[in-house]
Amino acid sequence: MASAWIALALSLKVALWATAIDLVLGVAIGFALARLRFPGRELVDSILLLPMVLPPTVLGYYLLVVVGRHGWLGAWLESRFDIRLVFTWQGAVIAAAIVGFPFVCKSARAAFEAVDAQYEQAAKVLGLSALAIFARVTMPLAWRGILAGVLLAFARALGEFGATLMVAGSIPGKTQTLSIAVYEAVQAGQDELANMLVLMTSLACIAVLLLAGRLAPARIPGRS
Amino acid sequence: MHCASEPAIASRRPPRPCSAGVRGAARALGALALAAMAGLAVGAEITVSAAASLTNALREIGTAFEAAHPGTTVQFNFAASGALLQQIAQGAPVDVFASADAETMDQAERRGLVRPGSRLDFAANALVVIVPRAAAAPPQALADLLAPAFRHVAIGVPASVPVGRYTQAALEKAKLWAPIEAKMIGAQSVRQALDYVARGEVEAGFVYATDAALMPERVKVAFTVPTETPVRYPVAVVAASKHAGEAQQFAAYLLSTPAQATLRKHGFARVPSP
Repeated sequence: MASAWIALALSLKVALWATAIDLVLGVAIGFALARLRFPGRELVDSILLLPMVLPPTVLGYYLLVVVGRHGWLGAWLESRFDIRLVFTWQGAVIAAAIVGFPFVCKSARAAFEAVDAQYEQAAKVLGLSALAIFARVTMPLAWRGILAGVLLAFARALGEFGATLMVAGSIPGKTQTLSIAVYEAVQAGQDELANMLVLMTSLACIAVLLLAGRLAPARIPGRS
Repeated sequence: MHCASEPAIASRRPPRPCSAGVRGAARALGALALAAMAGLAVGAEITVSAAASLTNALREIGTAFEAAHPGTTVQFNFAASGALLQQIAQGAPVDVFASADAETMDQAERRGLVRPGSRLDFAANALVVIVPRAAAAPPQALADLLAPAFRHVAIGVPASVPVGRYTQAALEKAKLWAPIEAKMIGAQSVRQALDYVARGEVEAGFVYATDAALMPERVKVAFTVPTETPVRYPVAVVAASKHAGEAQQFAAYLLSTPAQATLRKHGFARVPSP
């Protein structure tokens, strides 16, 4: 069942890259949405949350149109850097990152908004730079909320199927993630392979959840 | 509403007589319901699972069949033959199954999913290599696909898509399967392979002649590929069908003159007589 391990390794690679991108972008944009006030802020927030409610095939189609060889971004990338995103694992990462982004952004914004401004103001009065305030005051207070969003984004990226299939295709070893491998195995009547793949995916997700429980144990105030 | 016939036990209000209009409406509704149920009993709705390449032709044939057999409606379900077979194996309520190769129908027969004796071939097709319309140097033969200019080639996934199996067989015969498989982009159905070429995401693709004819403004045929086994479409009645009679009628209708004319119109060839 070498193909199953390859699919698992590829799924993890794609999901980890996508989550890393989501973490950086989600925290940055979530912070901006929480702290800045500008006209149309809620509209921007809604647009950024769209990938969470749009059907994956709709997202896949938008992506294909934009990053495909004749799309405005895809054509530019190909003419300037000879980069083609369709049928590559990088394309799969982009698809997974887009579907997972709203989870991190939303929870980051909520977490930052929940940080009591008094702490930040006290730190400012005591002379800390803006960056230090973010790193030593804001983030320690907000990281649990952000982590919850990151885990959801990772799980979503691991299971991403519709958009990935349309943009990255199903190339064994390169873009055939676990979800796509299960789909193909079922279509081909290879039930044993499908069972094995489904079991692996379930165990991987359980492992992620257990790890999450370790990293961020739910702590109730007043109880140890 | 309290009608005169109801006992007014708990209420103190005098029972209101039902208006004749309400009773008449209730009777009319009942008659309508009975008529609807009778209509349902007479007509049948059959579900036809057919290979993706048959989409356009069968939709037209379905409309003609419904006109010729009032009371029967036809629902279509188009996908790669392998996927359809799995759906039927898992108990999907399908009445007629039409696949794009004998291999899938053989599997259906081996697993007892189709009625013995109901199988017949109703159409033939050809395998072609297509390229995007604007392609500068289309390949002339299979060996041309080895050139680095052809980075990706769309081929149906052989495990579940008949056009992929025909392609693999043809390439294996020419001893070119291994190098071309390295450039292969697996398509979940022949229509997806067509779409990849039409979008220009791949430099070439293997589809049926009938699919290539659907998008003359976006793809062009480079050459025809001789296949190991002829491309034949068998149809059969599903064993678990609840409308075997209507299903058999539909399968037989595919051989009728109007249905064959429609298939011809869409580019399908006649099945050569044995």
